[in-house]
Amino acid sequence: MNDLLSPAVNTLQSMFNAQVAEFRDEVTLTFTPDQVVPAAKILRDQFGFDVLAVETAVDYCPQTTPRFHMVYIFYSSTLHIYLNFRAGLPAENPTISTLETVYPNANWRERELWDLMGIKFEGHSDLRRILMPPNWEGHPLRKDYPLGYEEVQYTFNFEDIDLRKPKGVRLP
Amino acid sequence: MREIQEFTLDDLRHLVSPRAISGETMVLNMGPQHPSTHGVLRLIVELDGEIVVNVIPDIGYLHTGIEKNMESKTYQKAEVMTDRIDYMYTIGNNLVYTLAVEKLTGLISPPRADAIRVILVELSRLQSHLLWIGTSALDLAAMSVFLYAMRERELVLDIFEMCSGQRMMTTYIRPGGLWRDVPAEFEDAVKTLVAIMPKRIDEYESLLTKNPLFLDRTRGIGKIDTKTCLAWDVTGPTLRATGMPFDYRKANPYCGFEQYDFDIPTQTTGDIYGRYLVRVEEMRQSVRIIEQALNKLPYGPVRDNNRKYIPPPRSEIGVSMESLIHHFKLWTEGFNPPVGSVYTAVESPRGEMGVFLESDGGPKPYRVHYRTPSIMLLQALPQMAIGHFVADLVGIIGSIDIVLGDTDR
Amino acid sequence: MGVDQKTGNVGIVTTNLEKMVNWSRTNSMWPMLFGLACCAIEMMGAEAPSYDLSRFGMELMRASPRQSDLMIVAGRVSQKMAPVLRNLYDMMPEPKWVIAMGDCAACGGVFNNYAVLQGVDEIVPVDVYVSGCPPRPEGLINGIVLLHKKVSDEKFAKWK
Repeated sequence: MNDLLSPAVNTLQSMFNAQVAEFRDEVTLTFTPDQVVPAAKILRDQFGFDVLAVETAVDYCPQTTPRFHMVYIFYSSTLHIYLNFRAGLPAENPTISTLETVYPNANWRERELWDLMGIKFEGHSDLRRILMPPNWEGHPLRKDYPLGYEEVQYTFNFEDIDLRKPKGVRLP
Repeated sequence: MREIQEFTLDDLRHLVSPRAISGETMVLNMGPQHPSTHGVLRLIVELDGEIVVNVIPDIGYLHTGIEKNMESKTYQKAEVMTDRIDYMYTIGNNLVYTLAVEKLTGLISPPRADAIRVILVELSRLQSHLLWIGTSALDLAAMSVFLYAMRERELVLDIFEMCSGQRMMTTYIRPGGLWRDVPAEFEDAVKTLVAIMPKRIDEYESLLTKNPLFLDRTRGIGKIDTKTCLAWDVTGPTLRATGMPFDYRKANPYCGFEQYDFDIPTQTTGDIYGRYLVRVEEMRQSVRIIEQALNKLPYGPVRDNNRKYIPPPRSEIGVSMESLIHHFKLWTEGFNPPVGSVYTAVESPRGEMGVFLESDGGPKPYRVHYRTPSIMLLQALPQMAIGHFVADLVGIIGSIDIVLGDTDR
Repeated sequence: MGVDQKTGNVGIVTTNLEKMVNWSRTNSMWPMLFGLACCAIEMMGAEAPSYDLSRFGMELMRASPRQSDLMIVAGRVSQKMAPVLRNLYDMMPEPKWVIAMGDCAACGGVFNNYAVLQGVDEIVPVDVYVSGCPPRPEGLINGIVLLHKKVSDEKFAKWK
């Protein structure tokens, strides 16, 4: 582990009883969902991690607890080091409180996660769809949502697919 | 699904000021098809006469589902889709994905491949800034700069075509090194380009830097300060124009950037003029880096030798049985990296571009997430644009240099 | 077109109506500015001095659909953009033509998924398809020349 990271990691590990993992010199702390916002506040105020680089989620579909893992990656612009957080969410009604009060740029990131993964954020100022049309149904990036693959037209099935494909026409 | 979904004022009640509900200010739409929005961006603008009271960007008109599509292809095939995310910095997209795969699997690229990667990446940055200067000057009605900038851009695209066969979407940088070695004419072509570029950059500066019309339209407009930038995670030339000398090539170096000698240009004003000066100076520094890399270009192989991840050359396949088996397994099934997740970032012309890659031990990536700079720049747009005129809004969007493929992925 | 030389009066040109109208339609088609993604960069490259579009009379890209007659759909069309595209097509006055530039506009391209329309001909009728990812500027110019040939072969009965 990088020496510059040790004070932050040791403090957070002892305060919140988090698990520490290390892979290819990146350090990850695993929390429960309600510990994330207080830990992020301490990280920003005491240890100078002033940039939220990534906020995303991973879907482990057949597993139900936890089904989603929220991943946060923080960066310090003075010390040039990264630190990761992870938090597990259940499959039924996944909810976590918003990070918008600590880092303002989490606003659109959380809207995107609501749109594509279906994770609700409590206390968010403006939770609506951002990348898909407003009345789209479903959350596309989940593992049980189909890709929407269209069958490729070769010569042997050209006419069959042509009959089913919509075609644009001029208005009369 | 085929009807346009309109926003009514009720939907936006929590975002516009109370004066819009009472009718004192107008709420207008700068729609997805507009000559100055650099792509399909929709802005809902609340105006008090001609002064902007609030700006609400609406994105998603170019959403392509690249992240989900990459989960169903093997690691080698998924790289083809990464070119199209930020289509102005195509080589950089490949580079950041390759660096993530190399970090995950433990491959190391040889020094000759690193030096050629640096040359191509800086050429791509040069080509992106040239197009930026052409189109943003076009927004402010300086049309001849566009024609001159595109002339130089053709020279850079000719070099890309010489190496890989394609002008823009090259997929040349692959895990372990490069796809193949550069041809013999590469060094001479780059030397010619490096010799003529400084004079051409002087030409663009003579058209714009001391032009009183350009100065009137850009000085003091679109200001932002360092603290706001870091809170909203804005990086790149916009942050450097506020006074903070922060660049990923110096902070977390990759590809051997620590051996080259270059400066980080900064300004202190934080307005459109400051960003313009920072980018012009960055073009000159890019030429400096390319010159140094070309002089120091070492000899050697261009791809790592680890046959578990990298296909063997064709000349070996007819001779050795193991090469044939490796070739077969890599092209039918793909390689299996270890379980884990990594994050790498590079400096793109817009800011920090990073890839979060998680693998579950199989041949296809389990989750790929691109952290792109344009979406953060667009989120910080209201901080820069409130209080200015509508015509200045056009200039501000041009100066932050967003690419909509980056924003919507 | 034949010049009436017998009368010595070379100010008179004889032709037929179809040829004259088609000649005037091809010689200065104004494209509508519809660059969506990467193909738009190559379209701008085609307007640049190295591959000039100005020799076809097309350097003026009109932003308003009411003042243009050619729509070059350059780039991928997503689900949110599709109704906007159809609306703009309906706003263009007759006669109008559509070129689908690039693989994504022609057939969906590299992206075979939920978010991209598999070919823009699902919503508008297309006249010329230009393939490539992105097509070279010479490829786009080839497509435009092909469209000119198609327009100059149009017959009187088919005019709208």
